[in-house]
Amino acid sequence: MKNKKQLFEDLIHGVFLILGLITVGCVLLITVYLVVSGIPAIREIGLFQFLFGTTWESTATNPSFGILPFILTSVYGTAGAILLGVPIGFLTAVYLAKVASPTIKNILTTAVSLLAGIPSVVYGLVGMLVLVPGIRKLFQIPDGASLLAAIIVLAIMILPSIISVSITALEAVPKEYEDASLALGATPIETYFKVSVPAAKSGIAAAVVLGVGRAIGEAMAVMMVSGNVPNMPSLFQSVRFLTTAVASEMSYSSGLQQQALFSIALVLFLFIMLINATLNFFLKRSKEG
Amino acid sequence: MKLKRIMKLALTAFMTVSVLAGCTSNNGNEDAKQTSKNEDTELSGTVSTDGSTSMEKVIGTLGEAFEQNHDGVTFTYNPTGSGSGIKAVQNGRCDIGLSSRNLKDEEKESGLKETVLAYDGIAIVVNSENPISDLSVEKIADIYTGKIKNWKEVGGADAEIVLIGREAGSGTRDGFESITGTEEKCEYRQELTSTGDVITTVSSNPNAVGYVSLAAVNNSVKAIKVGGVEPTEETVKDASYVIQRPFVMVTKEGTELSKVAQEFFDFAISDEAVELISSAGVVSAN
Repeated sequence: MKNKKQLFEDLIHGVFLILGLITVGCVLLITVYLVVSGIPAIREIGLFQFLFGTTWESTATNPSFGILPFILTSVYGTAGAILLGVPIGFLTAVYLAKVASPTIKNILTTAVSLLAGIPSVVYGLVGMLVLVPGIRKLFQIPDGASLLAAIIVLAIMILPSIISVSITALEAVPKEYEDASLALGATPIETYFKVSVPAAKSGIAAAVVLGVGRAIGEAMAVMMVSGNVPNMPSLFQSVRFLTTAVASEMSYSSGLQQQALFSIALVLFLFIMLINATLNFFLKRSKEG
Repeated sequence: MKLKRIMKLALTAFMTVSVLAGCTSNNGNEDAKQTSKNEDTELSGTVSTDGSTSMEKVIGTLGEAFEQNHDGVTFTYNPTGSGSGIKAVQNGRCDIGLSSRNLKDEEKESGLKETVLAYDGIAIVVNSENPISDLSVEKIADIYTGKIKNWKEVGGADAEIVLIGREAGSGTRDGFESITGTEEKCEYRQELTSTGDVITTVSSNPNAVGYVSLAAVNNSVKAIKVGGVEPTEETVKDASYVIQRPFVMVTKEGTELSKVAQEFFDFAISDEAVELISSAGVVSAN
């Protein structure tokens, strides 16, 4: 009888192990596939030429495959989105976690999670029809599809993840810390910013990194508002991101062009790995701290 | 649009599976299968096509319909480009070659025959508020290469021209640039990935100009005349509208096509195919 029970336990363990391995297997498969299909083009073009070349003309008779414009655009775009999104998101989180009355908090958190649930193509569509013409009129430029439009869309898209992760971090701060600060005569606002926020700083940093990850990996919405021309990035110019470089040319590509697109995906993948490692670092610290 | 395509794909996959399932269950009953096939159609085998990447949509639509009408027929399309498609026919590597340009004289002399399947008309579209309604091909080329930068130089308002194009590798871009002679010289402000995006963008920016397949033009934008000729199905067919190119099926003179390939060829130029061809956004030659 006992043996049978043991056998059953082992069986269930085995099933769970296999289920767990499916995820690991997917990650490995994607990694291996990207590396295998991304390396040949880099070898043919030359790593330096590929990463630091400034012109991308994939279908010209003498094609050139330089992805520096894409890398810089992705970096600038993400940095811009963080610059705009983090202050808004962070302050909203402080307000919701500490200041807001339960009713307001309820309404606002619902709105935030709704924002997280909107598909990126909808962001893109609204951006294309409202934001792009708006930027064109506001700044009196010939066309509004630009890095700025992409930054604004990305900033809005990363708000939900920043807000919800920050709230969790702020709410995890022990109430005793705040009580002590209040008992010493600090005002509530002083307490939140000088006690609660520093205590939750690792969690908030994790929220920011999560936002970076979301922003750098977004393709659809960005493709619809950024214009997609492989220019060097500039705020009011039409630009192409790493993600959109892959997405926009994949459907008709062939030969070296297609291989180069895989190489771009590999570069993007490395970026995201790096961000994930950073995220893990902060999360670990916040658990320990 | 995408959803429709996915549903179509799913349907095709489902049908393929059911056909396969039918085959296996009939395996032990070879005679019955044979007779039922004779009643249906006698065709089986493969039709292979090779060539122009721009023809992907039209030839894919035709091939899909042909496969659906004839069980047991496999249709293949190899997107290699017009030049390689013509060579493939010459060397007998495929049944029908696909070319998005007319055959050159020396190609015809070498024993190849062209049959025009359809015409791909490309409309130049501007915002409805734009007073411009007629441009010559040279002016259009100058605009797209950045020699003309302001609408007032061609009789419009004093505003910078915003050039909207398609992504590298797109058939429409390839067609537009090769007809206007602007390959690799266009200074696009935006490179969009679909016809719909081009139309939306042009309709929301008064200074934009773009190019789209003739079939995709709608009321939200204005398709301008080129050299005084309105872009319509008729003007594309009678060649008076110049921003167009033929989609050609290339075969070898004197060499008979396989039965199934001949059947497909006849199907492609039949009246039955006209609607399919226009659904792929081009003007049927019939």
